[in-house]
Amino acid sequence: MKLGKLKILILAVVCSTSGPLLADEPLPIRNCTWCHGTSGQGYTVAPRLAGQRYQYLENQLLSFHNHTRDNPLSVQYMWDAVAFLNPQTARDLAFYFSAIPPKPANDGNLELAAAGRAIYEAGMPDQNIVSCAACHGPNAEGVGAIPRLGGLSYLYLKRKLEQWGEGYHVTAQFPMPQVSVKLSPDTIEALASYLSFVR
Amino acid sequence: MKVISLRLALQTTVFAFVASAGGAEGAGAGSIVASGRGSVEAKIEYCMDCHGPSGQGYRGFLTMPRLAGQTPEYLEAQLRAFLEGRRGRNLFIRMATVHGLNPSMRAALAARFRHLNPPPFGGAPRQLAATGARIYEEGIPEANVPACLACHGPEAQGQYEIPRLAGQLFSYTTKTLSNWGKERGQNPASTIMVPIAHNLTRSQIDAIAAYVSYLK
Repeated sequence: MKLGKLKILILAVVCSTSGPLLADEPLPIRNCTWCHGTSGQGYTVAPRLAGQRYQYLENQLLSFHNHTRDNPLSVQYMWDAVAFLNPQTARDLAFYFSAIPPKPANDGNLELAAAGRAIYEAGMPDQNIVSCAACHGPNAEGVGAIPRLGGLSYLYLKRKLEQWGEGYHVTAQFPMPQVSVKLSPDTIEALASYLSFVR
Repeated sequence: MKVISLRLALQTTVFAFVASAGGAEGAGAGSIVASGRGSVEAKIEYCMDCHGPSGQGYRGFLTMPRLAGQTPEYLEAQLRAFLEGRRGRNLFIRMATVHGLNPSMRAALAARFRHLNPPPFGGAPRQLAATGARIYEEGIPEANVPACLACHGPEAQGQYEIPRLAGQLFSYTTKTLSNWGKERGQNPASTIMVPIAHNLTRSQIDAIAAYVSYLK
């Protein structure tokens, strides 16, 4: 009986601290936060959705739907997740998550953050790597359909950059596939680390 | 979280300083170019990563202007201006670093862009184009604004150091004309634009920018 009460207690705590997981919400937000974490702040391999630009979120949902975003985890989880998502709901979900204040993951390698920042801001012209800030903004906040990178998890950013180099998602918005193939592993480590700390 | 030793912090700082001080103001420019990957092909792809796959321009956080079909003299003059700090000093990006090139590379890239001609980027308010056409062709005599076509050509193709305007991004042209005195006009060739840009109203700037943005 003690174990049963403990389980109920745990359930009560989880339900009360889960924020927007309300039973009567019209948007199927729980279908997203199940993997993407409470308030869409990200959880393990599922990236933070909170505070992301809504046009970018919409575009990604579309790319999962038409299978152009084809890295293994996307195939395994996101293709099914959006198979029955209609465009209006996709837009509503994108708006919803874009309005949640994002929390930085802070999970990169702090020792590489300074080097990563230098690369983010000025690129590496002698290696023909462009400045990330020119498009993604001085605080990695993004603009329009160009995503916010600031505070995304180190692991997610690292894998995304590596996957373009591995040939996934070739139809992504220019110039990301073209730029990413030029990035060395050390450069990716530094960038992903720096960005994970950006508020 | 690891404890950061002073030595490691110092090394990181030095690395960051070196990485960011690429080829800045004048004296260091040679160091950018002397390193490997100096081929024009690799470099032009670098330009296009920001300025668009055919040099048609791109709207990121910053608006990267169209380079395709631009006059070589104008492009080279702008690259010199970035390198020497006459342009781009106030941006959050170190323009002298990202545009740091030696003279022969500047010339080679300018020659390449000259021959590109992708369709215009588009997106400008079309309804302003008719007014813009009139201003472009007739000027605004009562405001001492000469016809743009007198220097920039009837098709806005430019010549020598007078830039091509055809197909230029709407937001880039409006920003440039509106802020002329703050940054541009320091090259003897462009001081002529100072009084002209100053005499244009905002709506006239928008009209001209919309008109030229659709020219091929």
